[in-house]
Amino acid sequence: MKFLTALVSPRGAVFLLLVILLVAVMVLNPNFAEPGQLMRYIQRVAPVAIVAIGQYFVIIAGEFDLSQGSLITAQVIVAGNLVAQDDARTVPVLCLMVVLGLVVGLVNGLLTTLLKVPSFIVTLGMMLALLGLVLWWTGGAATGNPADSFRQIGRGGIRDIPVLDFLPWSVLVLAAWLALGIWVTKRPLGKLLIAIGDNARATRYSGARDWWVTTRAFMISSLSATVSAVLLVGYAGVHPSVGRGYEFVAITAVVLGGVVLGGGRGWIVAAVAGAFVLEALFLLLNIAGVPSSLRDAVQGVIIIAAVAYSGLVFRSRRRGGAPQTPPSPGKEPDAPDGAEESSATQALAGEGAAPNNRS
Amino acid sequence: MKRIRVDSTVIVLGILILVIAVGAILVATVGRSFFSPGNIRDILTGMSVLGLVAIGQTLVILGASLDLSVTYVISLASLIAATTMNGNPANIPWAVTLTLIVCAAIGLANGLIVTVLKVNGFIATLGVGLILQGVLNTGFQGSAGSVPWAFQLIGATGVGPLPVSWIIMIALAAVVWFLLGRTRTGAHLFAVGGDPEVARLSGVRTKPPLIVAHVLCSVFAGLAGLLLASRLGVGSPTVGQQGGYALLSIAAVVLGGTLLMGGRGSVWGTIGGVAIFAVVDNVMSVMQVNPFLKDVVRGVVIVAAVAVYSRRAIVRRRTRFGPGGTRTGGDAPAEAAAPAMVAATQALEAEADAADGSASMQGGAR
Repeated sequence: MKFLTALVSPRGAVFLLLVILLVAVMVLNPNFAEPGQLMRYIQRVAPVAIVAIGQYFVIIAGEFDLSQGSLITAQVIVAGNLVAQDDARTVPVLCLMVVLGLVVGLVNGLLTTLLKVPSFIVTLGMMLALLGLVLWWTGGAATGNPADSFRQIGRGGIRDIPVLDFLPWSVLVLAAWLALGIWVTKRPLGKLLIAIGDNARATRYSGARDWWVTTRAFMISSLSATVSAVLLVGYAGVHPSVGRGYEFVAITAVVLGGVVLGGGRGWIVAAVAGAFVLEALFLLLNIAGVPSSLRDAVQGVIIIAAVAYSGLVFRSRRRGGAPQTPPSPGKEPDAPDGAEESSATQALAGEGAAPNNRS
Repeated sequence: MKRIRVDSTVIVLGILILVIAVGAILVATVGRSFFSPGNIRDILTGMSVLGLVAIGQTLVILGASLDLSVTYVISLASLIAATTMNGNPANIPWAVTLTLIVCAAIGLANGLIVTVLKVNGFIATLGVGLILQGVLNTGFQGSAGSVPWAFQLIGATGVGPLPVSWIIMIALAAVVWFLLGRTRTGAHLFAVGGDPEVARLSGVRTKPPLIVAHVLCSVFAGLAGLLLASRLGVGSPTVGQQGGYALLSIAAVVLGGTLLMGGRGSVWGTIGGVAIFAVVDNVMSVMQVNPFLKDVVRGVVIVAAVAVYSRRAIVRRRTRFGPGGTRTGGDAPAEAAAPAMVAATQALEAEADAADGSASMQGGAR
């Protein structure tokens, strides 16, 4: 019973939707229930879900990152041009891509926090500039087919496993990235990000270096886009349209997961579930034989409906006098963590100290 | 005594003048004249479509919402207009009416989803945009319809160096300026955008102004679509997406000093933002910059221009605290106390450490 209420609650809505969609897919196509098929599905979701994890950190801090899609395209083209057919170049190019990702995130973050330009505009400018630069560099046509060792990351996997049969690398990468993401949300960084999204000013007054915290969120976001690009090189190949629109897909996934645009509230696992929901939706539309021209329309309707539903449930619970909102792991930004010396706890101590000083 | 406040519109004008000056010098280096009537006409023509979209977008952003569906509305409007006219001048009035009614209906849907269903404007209009994309995909395979010559003239003629389309755009901007500054709906829109809860508690019905803003935004996008149809001579299902009007119009609005969080901004600032884009684009075409590099320059200009004034301490909302505000004392004391608090924390920690380590020693000393 408790499980059911949890499913209908705003935090659970996305999981309920996911279950419904997956069951619908399985009814229409019983093959889907096989572990191998399921793995292929997760493999397809992995790039989107990883981008959504990155976007999550930016959105809970109350910002946007629109440059993700362009960054993916840029990274894919960089990989295609630099790795070429030389296996030995795989590792150096991977390092270069990570550095490029971090630099893009750093620039986004510093422009947003130090120059105080709205992140919507910063990342929009970055989106235009990155794509333009890369296309200018390649002359508009992306060529190059990176070496197989590079592409294996996105398309290969461990074969001949007892139950699963085939475990793609990308599924492992997704699992690792999600675990890393959950770990970050438990760290002071994750809690400070939520605090900043909730009330940036209060967080600043309590002594947090908010510019560096927010900048790191942008770096995580760009790094996620880079990881996603590495997977996409293997999975989708090198093409200037790879990654296009990923920023909107990621934002939609995160919002479907109940994360509030504007920051301060949200759960990383639900954001990833949002990505799974989107991909399940595409799959369902595919299997159900919806004409491809109508797919966009159906997707639009479902996104609006899902977000409206989770909003309605959320408000009705608040109005119904539920004992506050259900405490989520992220909702207590300044829960005193004995072990960790976060700036938030420092601030709490500081508040207590101020009167003492005066007296 | 009335102090001249350096508000964002003035700064936008300053940036515009700077951009024009730099542009004129650059254009002069390749031996062309920036201020020739032909060139000015090109710039003004380049302003009109984005200008129309951005005026609508200003209204929505003032209400603290967004409209990402404008690109698809533009495409749909161009198609509806071109197919309804079908080359017959007699159909023009009906075609224009029908197009604007359809666009208003889309805007109404946007507004209702945002206000009644309380879906964030970003997601709501993204979803509506997807729905429209589906409609465009199913209904139209490619360019369709044809626009009679009489209607094409709107996009092609001008009065002196001023194109008719630009005059229409400026006239509509004046209408919106009047709406925002002199009518109740306008005032309420500012109030709702600034803080919906405070607006509600002050007795403003929060839904109607935002719905009106969304309807007008879609209608303006429809007008942009009509203008594009008149320029192209046909309706095209991709004309809006190719222009990237949704994001560019938002950029122009923010460039014009309107806050993305709503509640503060002006139409003339937006027009200034659009003009900056048009001048930059024009200079780049005259200098024959690589088309891919154009996007890079655009991106840099957007960020740099917004950075120019967002760093300055411009009142983010109407003054409420401090001199001139209704309440005095607010953030300043807290801001001043912040370093002291950090210092106090550190002192406290040091004290705690010392107390742990030297409790016995202290006892001995006393």
